[in-house]
Amino acid sequence: MATAAVSTERKNYLNAEYGIRSWLLTTDHKRIALLYLISITFFFFVGGFFALLIRLELLTPAGDLLTADMYNKAFTMHGQIMVFFFLIPSIPAVLGNFLIPMMIGAKDLAFPRINLLSWYIYIIAGGLYLHCLVSGGVDTGWTFYTPYSSLFSNTHVIEAGLSIFIVGFSSILTGLNFVVTVHRMRAPGMTWSRLPLFVWSHYATSIIMLLGTPVIAITLLLVVLERTLNLGIFDPSRGGDPVLFQHLFWFYSHPAVYIMILPSMAVISEIVPCFSRKRVFGYSFIAASSIAIAAIGFLVWAHHMFVAGISLYSALVFSFLSFLVAVPSAVKIFNWTATMYKGSVSFSTPMLYAFGFIGLFTIGGLTGLFLATLGVDVHVHDTYFVIAHFHYVMVGGAVMGYLGGIHFWWPKISGRMYPEAWGRLAALIVFLGFNLTFFPQFIVGYLGMPRRYWQYPPEFQVYNVLSTAGASILAVGYLLPMVYLLWSLRYGKPAPDNPWQATGLEWRTSSPPPTFNFEETPEVTWEAYEYDTMPMPDEVTLER
Amino acid sequence: MSDRAGTGDSPLVLEHEDRPELRHHFADVVQQRNAASLGMWWFLGTEIMFFGGMFCGYLVYRRAYFPDFAAGSRSLNLIAGTLNTAVLICSSLTVALAVRASQLGKRKQLVNLLLATIFFGVCFLAIKGYEWRDEYIHHHVPTFYFDAHDLVRENPNLHLDPQHTKIFFSLYFALTGVHALHMIVGIGIFSVITFMAWRGKFNPEYHTPVEIAGLYWHFVDIVWIYLFPLLYLIDRRPGA
Amino acid sequence: MFDNFPLWPTSASVHARYEDWLFIFLTVVSAAMTLLIFATVAIFAMKYRRRHGREATQIEGSLLLEIGWSIAPLGIMMIMFVAGALLYFRMRTPPTDSDQVYVVAKQWMWKLQHMEGPREINQLHVPINRDIELIMTSQDVIHSFYVPAFRVKQDVLPGRYTTLWFRATRTGTYHLFCAQYCGTMHSGMIGEVVVMDPRDYQAWMTSGAPSGTLAQTGATLFMQLGCNTCHNMEVQGRGPNLTGVYGHPVQLEDGRVVTADENYIRESILQPAAKIVSGFKPIMPSWQGQVNEEQLNQLIAYIKSLSPAPEGQASTSGPPGGNPENQETK
Repeated sequence: MATAAVSTERKNYLNAEYGIRSWLLTTDHKRIALLYLISITFFFFVGGFFALLIRLELLTPAGDLLTADMYNKAFTMHGQIMVFFFLIPSIPAVLGNFLIPMMIGAKDLAFPRINLLSWYIYIIAGGLYLHCLVSGGVDTGWTFYTPYSSLFSNTHVIEAGLSIFIVGFSSILTGLNFVVTVHRMRAPGMTWSRLPLFVWSHYATSIIMLLGTPVIAITLLLVVLERTLNLGIFDPSRGGDPVLFQHLFWFYSHPAVYIMILPSMAVISEIVPCFSRKRVFGYSFIAASSIAIAAIGFLVWAHHMFVAGISLYSALVFSFLSFLVAVPSAVKIFNWTATMYKGSVSFSTPMLYAFGFIGLFTIGGLTGLFLATLGVDVHVHDTYFVIAHFHYVMVGGAVMGYLGGIHFWWPKISGRMYPEAWGRLAALIVFLGFNLTFFPQFIVGYLGMPRRYWQYPPEFQVYNVLSTAGASILAVGYLLPMVYLLWSLRYGKPAPDNPWQATGLEWRTSSPPPTFNFEETPEVTWEAYEYDTMPMPDEVTLER
Repeated sequence: MSDRAGTGDSPLVLEHEDRPELRHHFADVVQQRNAASLGMWWFLGTEIMFFGGMFCGYLVYRRAYFPDFAAGSRSLNLIAGTLNTAVLICSSLTVALAVRASQLGKRKQLVNLLLATIFFGVCFLAIKGYEWRDEYIHHHVPTFYFDAHDLVRENPNLHLDPQHTKIFFSLYFALTGVHALHMIVGIGIFSVITFMAWRGKFNPEYHTPVEIAGLYWHFVDIVWIYLFPLLYLIDRRPGA
Repeated sequence: MFDNFPLWPTSASVHARYEDWLFIFLTVVSAAMTLLIFATVAIFAMKYRRRHGREATQIEGSLLLEIGWSIAPLGIMMIMFVAGALLYFRMRTPPTDSDQVYVVAKQWMWKLQHMEGPREINQLHVPINRDIELIMTSQDVIHSFYVPAFRVKQDVLPGRYTTLWFRATRTGTYHLFCAQYCGTMHSGMIGEVVVMDPRDYQAWMTSGAPSGTLAQTGATLFMQLGCNTCHNMEVQGRGPNLTGVYGHPVQLEDGRVVTADENYIRESILQPAAKIVSGFKPIMPSWQGQVNEEQLNQLIAYIKSLSPAPEGQASTSGPPGGNPENQETK
């Protein structure tokens, strides 16, 4: 039967089996990645819908479109959905899941059933969150600050807290799978120094997931218990300390920012060498900087609390460490830039996203220095300056990387080429729309507009109008790839096994790959990114 | 399994046919065992951080409200706590011996030792439940019905604040509750392992589930070894 | 001209000037870095764009470059760190002779009371060129006192005091925002700070209904609550004599020494048993739930008024047993 199938159409992970059961009970990491792709795309658009509501409300200084409570729920649910149900799982659970086993020459992740379990946990948590959403939502801000969340909010804090508690386990199990897979499942010859930087970055990400997530899990559990049983651990009127919550919350939630950005850096580290036809500049420094970010990232959490009443000296230490964590990020930027030097740079869609990432992440990272500078943070903390900063990192950085990665590996995932011209157009629209949306927020933040304001003084209006205009362009930029990628599934040109002539192991198997990734276990005898040994990609196959 | 259809002619699948316990994506048994045990070690790292958040809160408040914590701690049942510590240490011994038995392939001994472990685990939960019942009767469970005025009366010279004592009991119930949850999960895992052992699934070459379940059980024990002094022995003196 | 399209926030305090310079420095450095990276990327991308017949030159990397571009940014960042820390230290250390205003935040309102007595809601009148220190607490959730024109912000926490100080340098009316999300009408928890000439300020101060100073109100309350039955200011009663206690180290029963600041006095009223002064019995009842935040502020203002003038507030240098001497001299 197998031989007959091969002669007509190559068997791959997509057509190996049919039917809904074969998807819902699959243990194939590639199919689970697609399940994740569909679910996070759904949540991305739900979160985006709330972003749209926020931007429309802020078009005018008065609170006229939504009520104050609705607005508070909108920004809370925008934040929680985007952070916990989109950004954190986005690249790891989709691209990481799909690619890590292939990149290291394994047939699957170490624990395929746990991998499927993590998706189910995600779905259960997502369902619970959606139920919370339709039954009235939650208005604590994504940060759940006590004592507002534990004593004062009249919304569905328990349900939201529990669903984020649950989704944490999905992320822990994914991280566990990645770490063990990288340690134990590498193909013969795939030494640590030959690992693609994508894998290094995901390894660092997984460590953060493993060691950070349980802390927020227990913290949210305590908030839930505080609300149900009236414990009083975070209630100042009963001797509790609300600032302790902030410490515990940011102990995870600051490293969580690195969970979002490191995988995106992983993607860029693959795209830049491929489209420059060069070995990546400073391989070991990029790899080491990922680990450094993960390690130092655990020691900077209190820079979210410089005006929260922490002691002068601890503020000093955390400010210093926050500057320190900027160094490995800068090292990455410099190395990617240097990789292009004397290369052969192509302007294909993934590379355009990589350019976008480098530009936006540079701005996002540098404005992070403003926030690490104690005296300046006092003024800009909790203003739109912070909003702009972290959107430059999380949307400008993480989402650009995610879209770049989706385009780069789309031929491998779907077996089809996407329309290159549309891809470039969308990348351009996203870049322009993004800057128009978020750059004005730096200015309005420095002017003093606090975040989470439903109505605001009229002198801030011009910037908010610009921002809203940008957001509508951004929305088009995000819808466009969804349309043409879906279109390409049916009408796209069949993809060759290695359309970009990239060096990774994932490109040395068919597109789409067979169920067990490789016909036989590969043996690695070459270093990572040996682009001098690869032929130039055929430009004609790339241009539709 | 049907998902093997695609590589029906792969030599790897053929190689696995005589080893039912070897999952399709591993090259050999050693790799599979190493993966499983590394996974469990990392999972335990996660668990340490999970308890770590609560330990952190415990340290902060114990430093701030020491007399209240000491009084709350003295009201706990020291005998039951000590007994439970002994029970858990015994269970760790039976687990260690069970792993040894599985390595040697002594099936009957393995089953017996696993049963003993489950027995100790149930004993622990029973004693813990008895303690909780006691605290419930004294209104020491930190809910809306919490009442620590008995402790305030018993320690007139310490000027306890019932609210601060409540924080001790909140952390006590959170820590022992989550620990007990881990015990219940552990008993569940060991029931499955015992069943597998009884069916003769393990042999000297393949006993990874026993090993990693053992790791988990030892971890839960160690957590208790920390909980016991931190909760029961804050301020115990003769006559105090 | 830029009334509806401001480009730079008003600078109306000493901090603001310093902070603006720091911000400009950071902006210039960041803009230079951004331009450098953008330009390099653009030049490399154009110069080395894919052409037929030209191969990429393989380069491994360069240890020297890596070290260089790690150390150089770190050096610049250390300048930022030190400059920022200096400003922060200044912001967090109020001058000892500042005028104090008590602030109580609640959902969704700012209640302020001057030492001289006048109370305000969502408005703060201050004289120009005076150091103003705000002593703030919250009745419910966490709020944050934020005046963009002064570049100052401080979270206001329930259950304890935080302080913030500024010295306004320009008369005018400035925004006061709550910067920490605090519930439904968070964006309605706004007000204004009015900076006035000293003469106008005096006129404003005396225009309202006459009321005693905060310390006088506190003194009355002190009598009403019967605090003076134990805390006698003439002789040592069952409780410590409170004269000259504020701002000085206090020797505790368990051997510790704490400085009697606002948070200590607050704790001593609400949880008297927490820190017992050496030589006294823990007999004082708790006033938790019996005095509200504003009454607490009045009591604290009264106890502070019992301390010597600010120049005697060298609290860090005073010996641990310094207060009994003060009591004897009174």
